Amino acid sequence: MSSNRETAANYSRTEENNQILLQTRDLSLVTGGRELLTDITLTVSAGEIVTVIGPNGTGKTTLLRVLLGLIPPNAGSIFKKAKLRIGYLPQKVNVDPILPLSVSRIMKLTGNYSSRQIKIALEETGVASLREKPIYQLSGGEFQRVMLARTLLRSPELLVLDEPVQGVDYMGESELYKLIANLRTSHGCGVLMVSHDLHVVMASTDRVLCLNQHICCEGQPEDVSRHPEYLRMFGLDSGSALAVYSHHHDHTHHISGTLKEDSQ
Amino acid sequence: MMILDDFFWRAVIAGMGVAIVAGPLGCFVVWRRMSYLGDTMAHSALLGVALGFFLEVNLMLGVFAVAIVVALLLFFFQRQKQLANDAVLGTLSHASLAMGVLMISLMVWVRIDLMAYLFGDILAVSLVDLYWIYGGGFFILLTLFLLWRPLLAITFDQELAQAEDVPVVRVEFLFMLLIAAVIALSMKIIGILLVTSLLIIPVSAARRFSRTPEQMALGGALIGMASVGLGLGASLQIDTPSGPSIVISAVMFFFAANLLPQKK
Repeated sequence: MSSNRETAANYSRTEENNQILLQTRDLSLVTGGRELLTDITLTVSAGEIVTVIGPNGTGKTTLLRVLLGLIPPNAGSIFKKAKLRIGYLPQKVNVDPILPLSVSRIMKLTGNYSSRQIKIALEETGVASLREKPIYQLSGGEFQRVMLARTLLRSPELLVLDEPVQGVDYMGESELYKLIANLRTSHGCGVLMVSHDLHVVMASTDRVLCLNQHICCEGQPEDVSRHPEYLRMFGLDSGSALAVYSHHHDHTHHISGTLKEDSQ
Repeated sequence: MMILDDFFWRAVIAGMGVAIVAGPLGCFVVWRRMSYLGDTMAHSALLGVALGFFLEVNLMLGVFAVAIVVALLLFFFQRQKQLANDAVLGTLSHASLAMGVLMISLMVWVRIDLMAYLFGDILAVSLVDLYWIYGGGFFILLTLFLLWRPLLAITFDQELAQAEDVPVVRVEFLFMLLIAAVIALSMKIIGILLVTSLLIIPVSAARRFSRTPEQMALGGALIGMASVGLGLGASLQIDTPSGPSIVISAVMFFFAANLLPQKK
């Protein structure tokens, strides 16, 4: 994890990465008289990882849907870089065994990619050996890696990942976040992801937005994890928050230090 | 053509034509868990038959028209998201069946053998029906061939497909039209109450032996043809209604395929 964080820091030093990929202003969505999203203003730039966190049912997936253009917002504006290429990893996918799809087949569901391109993409996410397996036989982690490889085929400028570590065991989680951070570096793309977990995701993200219908706080992971709104949202008192924070700190101590100097 | 003068062979040729179309189309009905929707549209066919008699047009045309209206209503209710899908389906299914029976009983000037329409009748297939089945079947398969890939993408994940520029609404609507058409074409042979069985049972039997979506479609078509052959043969020999005989044949394939010990 540490080397990973350093590459990220190097990356931000050497590359011109402040190009805005996606920006919203005062985005609101009301469905059936219920306010789902209120005044969402956010920006995702090239090369940065932005994570939206919040408990279940706070509008995280809905927000992604609006940003992807799947649901029109009631108010506010969305700016996207012209012809922005987005790689999307949705939350729930039909992996019913009744549908006989192999890994290589789902790679080319909506595009014509050569088997060489597919192999390279699968290699990047470490699942090239699963190429001919039926998708319903994959483990949670394997499946998410295949879906990540799928997004790479579109040579994305922005990855939109909805709960990328769902169904993945704890050890696999941090591996997967590490992989996502690496992909960001090797492809130079921005990443916007959604997560309901607190600690693991913090380690490999540049900016965190806490969503509870509106954005209740945002900033660097270290700052957000001490923010009173964040603590209230996850039902933590400041004591346990300190524990959370120091736990988090233990893992990323010297690196998060470096990052802070560089990125500000 | 001599062979077409014989009612039995007309029924066989018609049934084979219907089975070839039902295989590939039925795959999507099964993959997308739409068998209840198929049922609903099939039940509306009786109303279509009644309308056909009333307006003195080809019955298939009446059935197709009513099925489209039902599909449109479904589309409308689905987008409203006020009612659960199965409640809407149940309402429409029974409403159209009831209206069909009422209308037929009110039209005292025509004598309709209700049993023949509900359960199929091999005596009923005319030469004109054969032209409809093969002409219409060709167009259904051609359309399905063109929609195959986008439909598969939507079946895998609708939002992912939408995010990757698949015109979801248009493709889904065309798919509904295809189901309406296949119901209209197969009604006389299989019967209104059993029409969806030819969409569902043969492909479910073929799943075991399929490694790709296309194999399952082809397998479904072949098993459907075999069921038609067996069923109509039995129907001729022991004088049973054609629909139930075909369905029982298909079910035998289904059990044979799914109850045989799995070789690992």
